[in-house]
Amino acid sequence: MSTLSYALTDSTTMLRRNLRHALRYPGMTISVIGGPVIMLLLFNYVFGGVIGHGMAVGAGTAPHHGSYLNYLVPGILLMTIASGSMPVAVAVCTDMREGIVARFRTMPISRASVLTGHVVGNVLVTMASAVLVVGVALALGFRSGASLLEWVAAFGLTALVTLAVTWLGVGLGLASPTPEGASNAVLPISLLLPFLSSAFVPINSLPTGLAQFAEYQPFTAFIETMRGLLLGSPIGHNGILAVAWAVVIGFGGYAWSKKLFHRDPVAR
Amino acid sequence: MSPSQLAIEATGLRKAYGEKVVLDGIDLAIPAGTVFSLLGPNGAGKTTTVQILSTLIGADGGSARVIGHDLVDAADDVRGVIGVTGQFSAVDHLLTAEENLLLMADLHHLPRAEGRRRAAQLLEQFDLVDVAKKMAATFSGGMRRRLDLAMTLVGRPKVIFLDEPTTGLDPRSRRAMWEIIRGLVADGVTLFLTTQYLDEADQLADRIAVLDHGRLVAQGTPAELKRLVPGGHLVLHFPDAQALDDAARLLPAGPRDDNALTLQTPSDGSAHAVRTVLDRLDAAGIPVEQLTVHTPDLDDVFFAFTGGPTVPTQTTTTDNETKAAAR
Repeated sequence: MSTLSYALTDSTTMLRRNLRHALRYPGMTISVIGGPVIMLLLFNYVFGGVIGHGMAVGAGTAPHHGSYLNYLVPGILLMTIASGSMPVAVAVCTDMREGIVARFRTMPISRASVLTGHVVGNVLVTMASAVLVVGVALALGFRSGASLLEWVAAFGLTALVTLAVTWLGVGLGLASPTPEGASNAVLPISLLLPFLSSAFVPINSLPTGLAQFAEYQPFTAFIETMRGLLLGSPIGHNGILAVAWAVVIGFGGYAWSKKLFHRDPVAR
Repeated sequence: MSPSQLAIEATGLRKAYGEKVVLDGIDLAIPAGTVFSLLGPNGAGKTTTVQILSTLIGADGGSARVIGHDLVDAADDVRGVIGVTGQFSAVDHLLTAEENLLLMADLHHLPRAEGRRRAAQLLEQFDLVDVAKKMAATFSGGMRRRLDLAMTLVGRPKVIFLDEPTTGLDPRSRRAMWEIIRGLVADGVTLFLTTQYLDEADQLADRIAVLDHGRLVAQGTPAELKRLVPGGHLVLHFPDAQALDDAARLLPAGPRDDNALTLQTPSDGSAHAVRTVLDRLDAAGIPVEQLTVHTPDLDDVFFAFTGGPTVPTQTTTTDNETKAAAR
């Protein structure tokens, strides 16, 4: 077998290991998959009335029930993806402290497989969560005029950004000395950036400084592209920007993770 | 011996973490099919040596070959012929014993059926059949260590590194581990064993090297090392000061302790030597309450080769210091 096919075999083996872990401790997996649905419900039912009313008044139209839900769903999808960086960072950091990974390092296997196993597993779990969010949103009254092609594009973009954010999470997990540290290190990505974007409120309702930051940060480009695909709003240059950001973040995270993983493990 | 018959050969291995020098030039030449034991206290550099030779970490200087493969240039070839069981358990705690073994089989690219056969055979050999479907997290220390070693064997390594394989195990598990290790030797693999217990090295090793502060301070067979070490003695406990004084005049005098009423006298600890001492005391009418035999242990080997602590005054009575004072 060639080196590449060994790398694929080993990565599949590692993925199986990670999925088995997920099944064995379903609590973590369920909270990861279900968390974004809770956010969707909270924002829709707790803040939805006030924010929706404010947005309608700001836009000079009459408020009507359910309009905020449509605005909200792409934002929650982004939040779903962003919070996916948390479990993978913690899992990778925890794993690196286990003797089993030291064993893997002394075996003639594809070294990257240890990380790709985590990455693929995390992308699968995060995508499952995103699908669940869309399902619940549809049940709550979310209506999209998107064509099949637009749905496919939305799915593809979600997968791409998930992959990118996951590699960044892997890097943060490798760089953090403790799982607690890893969980803190991803907070800017999983919590701060989604809120400082167009996810929950229109950018022009933010104070000037914040608005500028929100306008140019990568997640906004993604959200606006998703809104375009699912709701028919103008996408403009956001489509290209979203893909470019994802590629940059993904490759950056991958290269950084690889470098960190190839370091000698810290002496215990 | 030609280089091809050496399982492990190392020259001038060095490793430092910042200012702290952990290995300060280690040379090794370990023939294939033998058991080599690296003996030393905590912090001597044993684990670091294993980590370097098993490609887990890089050395700062020197070079080494395992079964002829260079550690740096052919790291993957080295990984293909070695197995490592570390002092910290290298099992996946969230998988069952059987899943752990199948994971190893998959990573060694064994065909499915053969992997299952190998796993079943190792579960049997390591007495893990009853717990095959249980998660490793629930295992006792001894069971975990057995699973760890079984996982190491899935790939049929030619060289096995055992880093303190019995540290922290209860006596029964320790004996069981020794039996397993003897079985491996019979199969013809080369074993690199680190330990802080002289008796373990004595039981298992063909050759022993003593490591101290990153340097090899002595090498030889167990018998050679023990012959080099003084320190065997008897400790006699007397009922009163008078008896202690009389005995000190009668016997080859070692250090005495007037508070504890004890006297040490050099002895190899054999039944004959002990009887001679007791007979002489009997003949002189000196009563003895207790007698303990002290044979050389790691402390003695270690102190002998590293200079040891300065000889304490006669009134100190802690165990180590009395042993040192005996010399």
